[in-house]
Amino acid sequence: MGKWFKEFAKGLVVSNPIFVLALGLCPSLAVTNSLDNALGMSAAVIFVLLCSNVLVALIRTWVASIVRIPVFIVIIATFVTMVSLTFEAYVPALYESLGIYLPLIVVNCIILGRAEAFASRNRLSLAVADALGMGLGFMLALIIIAVIRETLGSGSLSLFEHVLFSLPVLKEQPVSLFLLPAGAFLVIGLLLAAFRRMGLIKNE
Amino acid sequence: MSNILTIFVGMALINNFVLVKFLGLCPFFGVSKKLSNAASMGLAVTFVMFLASAVTWPITHYILAPLEAEFMSTVTYILVIATLVQIMELFIMRTNYGLYSAFGIYLALITTNCAVLGVTLVNARESFSFIESLASALGAGAGFALVLVIMSGIRERLGMSDIPKSMKGLPVAFLVAALLGLAFSGFSGMV
Repeated sequence: MGKWFKEFAKGLVVSNPIFVLALGLCPSLAVTNSLDNALGMSAAVIFVLLCSNVLVALIRTWVASIVRIPVFIVIIATFVTMVSLTFEAYVPALYESLGIYLPLIVVNCIILGRAEAFASRNRLSLAVADALGMGLGFMLALIIIAVIRETLGSGSLSLFEHVLFSLPVLKEQPVSLFLLPAGAFLVIGLLLAAFRRMGLIKNE
Repeated sequence: MSNILTIFVGMALINNFVLVKFLGLCPFFGVSKKLSNAASMGLAVTFVMFLASAVTWPITHYILAPLEAEFMSTVTYILVIATLVQIMELFIMRTNYGLYSAFGIYLALITTNCAVLGVTLVNARESFSFIESLASALGAGAGFALVLVIMSGIRERLGMSDIPKSMKGLPVAFLVAALLGLAFSGFSGMV
Protein backbone atom coordinates (compact mmCIF):
# COMPACT_ATOMS: atom_id res chain seq x y z
CA MET A 1 0.00 0.00 0.00
CA GLY A 2 2.88 2.35 0.83
CA LYS A 3 4.40 1.81 -2.59
CA TRP A 4 1.04 2.30 -4.28
CA PHE A 5 0.59 5.63 -2.57
CA LYS A 6 4.14 6.68 -3.40
CA GLU A 7 3.57 6.06 -7.13
CA PHE A 8 0.27 7.94 -6.89
CA ALA A 9 1.64 10.96 -5.06
CA LYS A 10 4.70 11.54 -7.25
CA GLY A 11 2.63 12.81 -10.18
CA LEU A 12 0.97 15.51 -8.11
CA VAL A 13 4.02 17.61 -7.21
CA VAL A 14 7.45 15.96 -7.38
CA SER A 15 7.13 14.82 -11.00
CA ASN A 16 4.21 16.96 -12.04
CA PRO A 17 3.84 16.29 -15.78
CA ILE A 18 3.42 19.95 -16.76
CA PHE A 19 5.60 21.92 -14.37
CA VAL A 20 8.42 19.45 -13.76
CA LEU A 21 8.58 17.08 -16.70
CA ALA A 22 7.34 19.73 -19.19
CA LEU A 23 5.36 17.06 -21.04
CA GLY A 24 2.04 17.62 -22.73
CA LEU A 25 2.50 21.35 -22.97
CA CYS A 26 0.41 21.83 -26.10
CA PRO A 27 -3.00 21.13 -24.54
CA SER A 28 -2.10 22.83 -21.28
CA LEU A 29 -1.56 26.10 -23.12
CA ALA A 30 -4.26 25.77 -25.73
CA VAL A 31 -7.28 24.84 -23.62
CA THR A 32 -6.60 26.87 -20.48
CA ASN A 33 -8.38 29.99 -21.72
CA SER A 34 -11.36 28.89 -19.62
CA LEU A 35 -11.82 26.67 -16.58
CA ASP A 36 -14.51 24.59 -18.33
CA ASN A 37 -12.17 23.69 -21.18
CA ALA A 38 -9.36 22.86 -18.77
CA LEU A 39 -11.62 20.51 -16.78
CA GLY A 40 -12.99 18.84 -19.93
CA MET A 41 -9.50 18.30 -21.28
CA SER A 42 -8.26 16.92 -17.95
CA ALA A 43 -11.17 14.50 -17.74
CA ALA A 44 -10.39 13.22 -21.23
CA VAL A 45 -6.68 12.89 -20.49
CA ILE A 46 -7.27 11.09 -17.16
CA PHE A 47 -9.59 8.59 -18.86
CA VAL A 48 -7.19 7.88 -21.72
CA LEU A 49 -4.18 7.71 -19.41
CA LEU A 50 -5.91 5.32 -17.03
CA CYS A 51 -7.26 3.01 -19.73
CA SER A 52 -4.03 2.91 -21.72
CA ASN A 53 -1.89 2.32 -18.62
CA VAL A 54 -4.19 -0.54 -17.54
CA LEU A 55 -4.19 -2.18 -20.96
CA VAL A 56 -0.46 -1.75 -21.47
CA ALA A 57 0.28 -3.22 -18.03
CA LEU A 58 -1.99 -6.18 -18.80
CA ILE A 59 -0.45 -7.03 -22.17
CA ARG A 60 3.12 -6.02 -21.34
CA THR A 61 4.50 -9.56 -21.31
CA TRP A 62 3.02 -10.46 -24.72
CA VAL A 63 4.16 -7.48 -26.78
CA ALA A 64 7.53 -7.86 -28.50
CA SER A 65 9.70 -4.91 -27.63
CA ILE A 66 10.43 -3.81 -31.22
CA VAL A 67 6.74 -3.27 -32.01
CA ARG A 68 5.75 -1.87 -28.64
CA ILE A 69 5.59 1.82 -29.65
CA PRO A 70 3.18 1.28 -32.58
CA VAL A 71 1.08 -1.00 -30.36
CA PHE A 72 0.93 1.64 -27.62
CA ILE A 73 0.01 4.35 -30.13
CA VAL A 74 -2.85 2.29 -31.54
CA ILE A 75 -4.13 1.53 -28.02
CA ILE A 76 -4.01 5.23 -27.12
CA ALA A 77 -5.62 6.32 -30.40
CA THR A 78 -8.49 3.87 -29.79
CA PHE A 79 -9.25 5.29 -26.35
CA VAL A 80 -8.95 8.85 -27.67
CA THR A 81 -11.49 8.04 -30.39
CA MET A 82 -13.83 6.65 -27.72
CA VAL A 83 -13.51 9.83 -25.66
CA SER A 84 -14.08 12.10 -28.61
CA LEU A 85 -17.19 10.21 -29.73
CA THR A 86 -18.53 10.32 -26.16
CA PHE A 87 -17.88 14.07 -25.87
CA GLU A 88 -19.49 14.69 -29.26
CA ALA A 89 -22.62 12.85 -28.15
CA TYR A 90 -23.07 14.10 -24.58
CA VAL A 91 -21.26 17.48 -24.28
CA PRO A 92 -21.29 18.91 -27.83
CA ALA A 93 -20.46 22.46 -26.68
CA LEU A 94 -17.30 21.28 -24.94
CA TYR A 95 -16.46 19.08 -27.93
CA GLU A 96 -16.66 22.14 -30.21
CA SER A 97 -14.51 24.35 -28.03
CA LEU A 98 -11.80 21.72 -27.53
CA GLY A 99 -11.64 21.34 -31.34
CA ILE A 100 -8.61 19.53 -32.70
CA TYR A 101 -7.00 19.37 -29.25
CA LEU A 102 -9.23 16.42 -28.35
CA PRO A 103 -7.93 14.08 -31.10
CA LEU A 104 -4.45 15.48 -30.46
CA ILE A 105 -4.41 13.70 -27.07
CA VAL A 106 -3.03 10.81 -29.14
CA VAL A 107 0.31 12.55 -29.44
CA ASN A 108 0.28 13.95 -25.91
CA CYS A 109 3.70 12.93 -24.66
CA ILE A 110 2.44 12.27 -21.13
CA ILE A 111 0.35 9.30 -22.21
CA LEU A 112 2.86 7.58 -24.47
CA GLY A 113 5.58 8.50 -21.99
CA ARG A 114 3.81 6.81 -19.06
CA ALA A 115 2.93 3.76 -21.16
CA GLU A 116 6.55 3.37 -22.22
CA ALA A 117 8.35 4.40 -19.04
CA PHE A 118 6.02 2.99 -16.41
CA ALA A 119 3.08 0.79 -17.41
CA SER A 120 5.13 -1.51 -19.64
CA ARG A 121 7.45 -2.30 -16.71
CA ASN A 122 5.18 -2.47 -13.70
CA ARG A 123 2.26 -4.51 -12.42
CA LEU A 124 -1.33 -3.43 -12.89
CA SER A 125 -2.00 -1.88 -9.48
CA LEU A 126 1.07 0.37 -9.71
CA ALA A 127 0.20 1.35 -13.29
CA VAL A 128 -3.23 2.46 -12.05
CA ALA A 129 -1.62 4.52 -9.27
CA ASP A 130 0.78 6.10 -11.74
CA ALA A 131 -2.01 6.98 -14.19
CA LEU A 132 -4.21 8.50 -11.49
CA GLY A 133 -1.35 10.49 -9.99
CA MET A 134 -0.08 11.80 -13.31
CA GLY A 135 -3.62 12.52 -14.48
CA LEU A 136 -4.52 14.46 -11.35
CA GLY A 137 -1.18 16.30 -11.49
CA PHE A 138 -1.99 17.30 -15.07
CA MET A 139 -5.45 18.43 -13.98
CA LEU A 140 -4.05 20.42 -11.05
CA ALA A 141 -1.62 22.26 -13.35
CA LEU A 142 -4.35 22.98 -15.91
CA ILE A 143 -6.72 24.29 -13.24
CA ILE A 144 -4.07 26.65 -11.81
CA ILE A 145 -3.25 28.06 -15.26
CA ALA A 146 -6.89 28.31 -16.32
CA VAL A 147 -8.03 30.05 -13.13
CA ILE A 148 -5.33 32.71 -13.55
CA ARG A 149 -5.99 33.20 -17.25
CA GLU A 150 -9.78 33.30 -17.03
CA THR A 151 -9.85 35.56 -13.95
CA LEU A 152 -7.44 38.14 -15.36
CA GLY A 153 -8.55 37.79 -18.96
CA SER A 154 -12.28 38.18 -18.46
CA GLY A 155 -12.56 39.59 -14.93
CA SER A 156 -14.64 36.73 -13.64
CA LEU A 157 -14.50 32.99 -13.12
CA SER A 158 -17.32 30.69 -14.11
CA LEU A 159 -17.84 26.97 -13.91
CA PHE A 160 -20.30 25.39 -16.37
CA GLU A 161 -22.23 28.68 -16.88
CA HIS A 162 -22.35 29.26 -13.13
CA VAL A 163 -20.43 32.43 -12.18
CA LEU A 164 -18.18 31.74 -9.19
CA PHE A 165 -17.03 35.33 -8.65
CA SER A 166 -16.37 38.47 -10.62
CA LEU A 167 -13.89 41.20 -9.88
CA PRO A 168 -15.11 44.83 -9.71
CA VAL A 169 -12.64 46.72 -11.92
CA LEU A 170 -11.34 43.87 -14.06
CA LYS A 171 -14.88 43.01 -15.16
CA GLU A 172 -15.17 46.31 -17.06
CA GLN A 173 -11.52 46.43 -18.12
CA PRO A 174 -10.31 42.83 -18.50
CA VAL A 175 -6.69 42.25 -19.46
CA SER A 176 -7.53 40.38 -22.64
CA LEU A 177 -3.82 39.66 -23.19
CA PHE A 178 -4.29 36.69 -20.86
CA LEU A 179 -6.83 35.10 -23.17
CA LEU A 180 -4.47 35.51 -26.14
CA PRO A 181 -1.93 32.76 -26.89
CA ALA A 182 0.83 35.10 -25.67
CA GLY A 183 -0.85 35.25 -22.25
CA ALA A 184 -0.64 31.47 -21.95
CA PHE A 185 3.12 31.50 -22.46
CA LEU A 186 3.47 34.39 -20.02
CA VAL A 187 1.45 32.73 -17.25
CA ILE A 188 3.16 29.34 -17.48
CA GLY A 189 6.62 30.94 -17.67
CA LEU A 190 6.04 33.07 -14.58
CA LEU A 191 4.44 30.16 -12.70
CA LEU A 192 7.45 27.95 -13.44
CA ALA A 193 9.84 30.64 -12.23
CA ALA A 194 7.75 31.24 -9.10
CA PHE A 195 7.64 27.49 -8.26
CA ARG A 196 11.41 27.29 -8.65
CA ARG A 197 11.89 30.34 -6.48
CA MET A 198 9.67 28.81 -3.78
CA GLY A 199 11.69 25.62 -3.99
CA LEU A 200 8.80 23.41 -5.13
CA ILE A 201 10.75 22.53 -8.27
CA LYS A 202 14.50 22.20 -8.64
CA ASN A 203 16.45 24.77 -10.68
CA GLU A 204 18.08 23.58 -13.87
CA MET B 1 -4.47 30.87 -56.91
CA SER B 2 -5.22 33.64 -54.41
CA ASN B 3 -7.03 31.03 -52.35
CA ILE B 4 -3.89 28.91 -52.16
CA LEU B 5 -1.84 31.93 -51.14
CA THR B 6 -4.37 32.86 -48.46
CA ILE B 7 -4.17 29.37 -46.97
CA PHE B 8 -0.37 29.40 -47.07
CA VAL B 9 -0.06 32.79 -45.36
CA GLY B 10 -2.85 31.96 -42.95
CA MET B 11 -1.16 28.77 -41.80
CA ALA B 12 2.33 30.27 -41.68
CA LEU B 13 1.68 33.58 -39.94
CA ILE B 14 -1.88 34.22 -38.78
CA ASN B 15 -2.54 30.79 -37.32
CA ASN B 16 1.10 30.04 -36.68
CA PHE B 17 1.22 26.47 -35.38
CA VAL B 18 3.63 27.13 -32.54
CA LEU B 19 2.74 30.58 -31.29
CA VAL B 20 -0.99 30.71 -31.96
CA LYS B 21 -2.14 27.08 -31.96
CA PHE B 22 0.43 25.72 -29.49
CA LEU B 23 1.30 22.75 -31.68
CA GLY B 24 4.79 21.29 -31.76
CA LEU B 25 5.85 22.92 -28.51
CA CYS B 26 8.09 20.04 -27.43
CA PRO B 27 10.56 20.46 -30.32
CA PHE B 28 10.07 24.23 -30.10
CA PHE B 29 11.51 24.27 -26.59
CA GLY B 30 13.67 21.18 -26.92
CA VAL B 31 15.49 21.79 -30.20
CA SER B 32 15.73 25.57 -30.23
CA LYS B 33 19.00 25.87 -28.33
CA LYS B 34 21.18 25.86 -31.46
CA LEU B 35 20.46 27.57 -34.77
CA SER B 36 21.68 24.72 -37.00
CA ASN B 37 19.60 22.10 -35.17
CA ALA B 38 16.55 24.32 -35.36
CA ALA B 39 16.92 24.72 -39.11
CA SER B 40 17.26 20.93 -39.65
CA MET B 41 14.25 20.25 -37.47
CA GLY B 42 12.16 22.86 -39.28
CA LEU B 43 13.06 21.35 -42.63
CA ALA B 44 12.37 17.77 -41.51
CA VAL B 45 8.97 18.69 -40.05
CA THR B 46 7.92 20.62 -43.16
CA PHE B 47 8.86 17.63 -45.31
CA VAL B 48 6.90 15.14 -43.19
CA MET B 49 3.89 17.48 -43.03
CA PHE B 50 3.87 17.76 -46.81
CA LEU B 51 4.11 13.99 -47.33
CA ALA B 52 1.56 13.24 -44.60
CA SER B 53 -0.94 15.65 -46.15
CA ALA B 54 -0.36 14.19 -49.60
CA VAL B 55 -0.97 10.64 -48.33
CA THR B 56 -3.84 11.26 -45.89
CA TRP B 57 -5.93 13.26 -48.39
CA PRO B 58 -6.64 10.33 -50.76
CA ILE B 59 -7.14 8.03 -47.76
CA THR B 60 -9.72 10.40 -46.26
CA HIS B 61 -11.59 11.04 -49.51
CA TYR B 62 -11.39 7.67 -51.27
CA ILE B 63 -11.34 5.17 -48.39
CA LEU B 64 -12.70 6.65 -45.15
CA ALA B 65 -15.45 8.85 -46.65
CA PRO B 66 -17.08 6.18 -48.89
CA LEU B 67 -17.02 3.73 -45.96
CA GLU B 68 -18.42 6.43 -43.65
CA ALA B 69 -15.58 5.64 -41.29
CA GLU B 70 -14.42 9.20 -40.57
CA PHE B 71 -14.38 8.38 -36.86
CA MET B 72 -11.34 6.24 -37.62
CA SER B 73 -9.41 9.22 -38.96
CA THR B 74 -7.29 9.88 -35.86
CA VAL B 75 -6.13 6.26 -35.67
CA THR B 76 -5.49 6.16 -39.41
CA TYR B 77 -3.56 9.43 -39.54
CA ILE B 78 -1.24 8.54 -36.68
CA LEU B 79 -0.46 5.17 -38.28
CA VAL B 80 0.19 6.84 -41.64
CA ILE B 81 2.52 9.37 -40.04
CA ALA B 82 4.42 6.74 -38.04
CA THR B 83 4.88 4.57 -41.13
CA LEU B 84 5.87 7.52 -43.28
CA VAL B 85 8.49 8.69 -40.82
CA GLN B 86 9.94 5.19 -40.61
CA ILE B 87 10.09 4.79 -44.40
CA MET B 88 11.59 8.22 -44.83
CA GLU B 89 14.23 7.47 -42.23
CA LEU B 90 15.26 4.29 -44.06
CA PHE B 91 15.17 6.00 -47.45
CA ILE B 92 17.29 8.98 -46.40
CA MET B 93 19.72 6.69 -44.57
CA ARG B 94 20.32 4.64 -47.73
CA THR B 95 20.41 7.46 -50.25
CA ASN B 96 21.91 10.49 -48.52
CA TYR B 97 23.84 9.68 -45.39
CA GLY B 98 24.97 13.28 -44.90
CA LEU B 99 21.38 14.48 -44.68
CA TYR B 100 20.51 11.53 -42.45
CA SER B 101 23.13 12.41 -39.89
CA ALA B 102 22.13 16.08 -40.14
CA PHE B 103 18.55 15.18 -39.17
CA GLY B 104 19.83 12.89 -36.40
CA ILE B 105 17.20 11.73 -33.95
CA TYR B 106 14.80 14.50 -34.89
CA LEU B 107 13.35 12.40 -37.67
CA ALA B 108 12.20 9.69 -35.27
CA LEU B 109 10.85 12.28 -32.87
CA ILE B 110 8.57 13.74 -35.53
CA THR B 111 6.09 10.87 -35.13
CA THR B 112 4.96 12.27 -31.79
CA ASN B 113 5.13 15.87 -32.96
CA CYS B 114 1.59 17.12 -32.61
CA ALA B 115 2.10 19.67 -35.38
CA VAL B 116 2.19 16.92 -38.01
CA LEU B 117 -0.98 15.20 -36.80
CA GLY B 118 -2.41 18.70 -36.32
CA VAL B 119 -2.00 19.68 -39.95
CA THR B 120 -3.72 16.51 -41.21
CA LEU B 121 -6.59 17.07 -38.77
CA VAL B 122 -6.95 20.73 -39.82
CA ASN B 123 -6.97 19.71 -43.49
CA ALA B 124 -9.78 17.23 -42.80
CA ARG B 125 -11.79 19.66 -40.65
CA GLU B 126 -11.58 22.52 -43.15
CA SER B 127 -12.33 20.02 -45.98
CA PHE B 128 -9.49 21.39 -48.09
CA SER B 129 -8.99 20.16 -51.65
CA PHE B 130 -5.83 18.21 -52.47
CA ILE B 131 -3.87 21.29 -53.60
CA GLU B 132 -5.18 23.34 -50.66
CA SER B 133 -4.03 20.59 -48.26
CA LEU B 134 -0.55 20.72 -49.71
CA ALA B 135 -0.50 24.53 -49.43
CA SER B 136 -1.66 24.34 -45.83
CA ALA B 137 1.04 21.75 -45.02
CA LEU B 138 3.75 23.90 -46.58
CA GLY B 139 2.44 26.99 -44.79
CA ALA B 140 2.29 25.26 -41.43
CA GLY B 141 5.80 23.87 -41.96
CA ALA B 142 7.20 27.23 -43.04
CA GLY B 143 5.65 28.92 -40.01
CA PHE B 144 7.03 26.24 -37.69
CA ALA B 145 10.52 26.52 -39.19
CA LEU B 146 10.39 30.32 -39.05
CA VAL B 147 9.61 30.60 -35.34
CA LEU B 148 12.01 27.75 -34.51
CA VAL B 149 14.85 29.64 -36.21
CA ILE B 150 13.88 32.99 -34.62
CA MET B 151 13.65 31.33 -31.21
CA SER B 152 17.03 29.60 -31.53
CA GLY B 153 18.68 32.88 -32.52
CA ILE B 154 17.25 34.55 -29.41
CA ARG B 155 18.22 31.64 -27.17
CA GLU B 156 21.80 31.64 -28.42
CA ARG B 157 21.99 35.26 -27.29
CA LEU B 158 20.19 34.49 -24.02
CA GLY B 159 22.87 31.92 -23.22
CA MET B 160 25.35 34.75 -22.83
CA SER B 161 23.19 36.97 -20.64
CA ASP B 162 22.84 37.02 -16.89
CA ILE B 163 19.46 35.55 -16.02
CA PRO B 164 18.13 35.07 -12.45
CA LYS B 165 18.66 31.48 -11.33
CA SER B 166 15.00 30.51 -11.08
CA MET B 167 14.27 31.96 -14.54
CA LYS B 168 17.01 30.03 -16.35
CA GLY B 169 16.11 27.56 -19.06
CA LEU B 170 12.43 26.85 -19.59
CA PRO B 171 10.82 29.81 -17.76
CA VAL B 172 12.71 32.44 -19.72
CA ALA B 173 12.07 30.52 -22.93
CA PHE B 174 8.34 30.76 -22.17
CA LEU B 175 8.62 34.51 -21.66
CA VAL B 176 10.45 34.88 -24.98
CA ALA B 177 7.68 32.83 -26.60
CA ALA B 178 5.11 35.15 -25.00
CA LEU B 179 6.75 38.20 -26.59
CA LEU B 180 7.03 36.43 -29.94
CA GLY B 181 3.38 35.42 -29.65
CA LEU B 182 2.41 39.01 -28.98
CA ALA B 183 4.27 40.05 -32.12
CA PHE B 184 2.56 37.32 -34.15
CA SER B 185 -0.88 38.32 -32.83
CA GLY B 186 -0.34 41.47 -34.92
CA PHE B 187 -0.94 39.28 -37.99
CA SER B 188 -4.45 38.34 -36.89
CA GLY B 189 -7.17 39.68 -39.13
CA MET B 190 -4.73 40.23 -41.98
CA VAL B 191 -6.60 37.98 -44.44
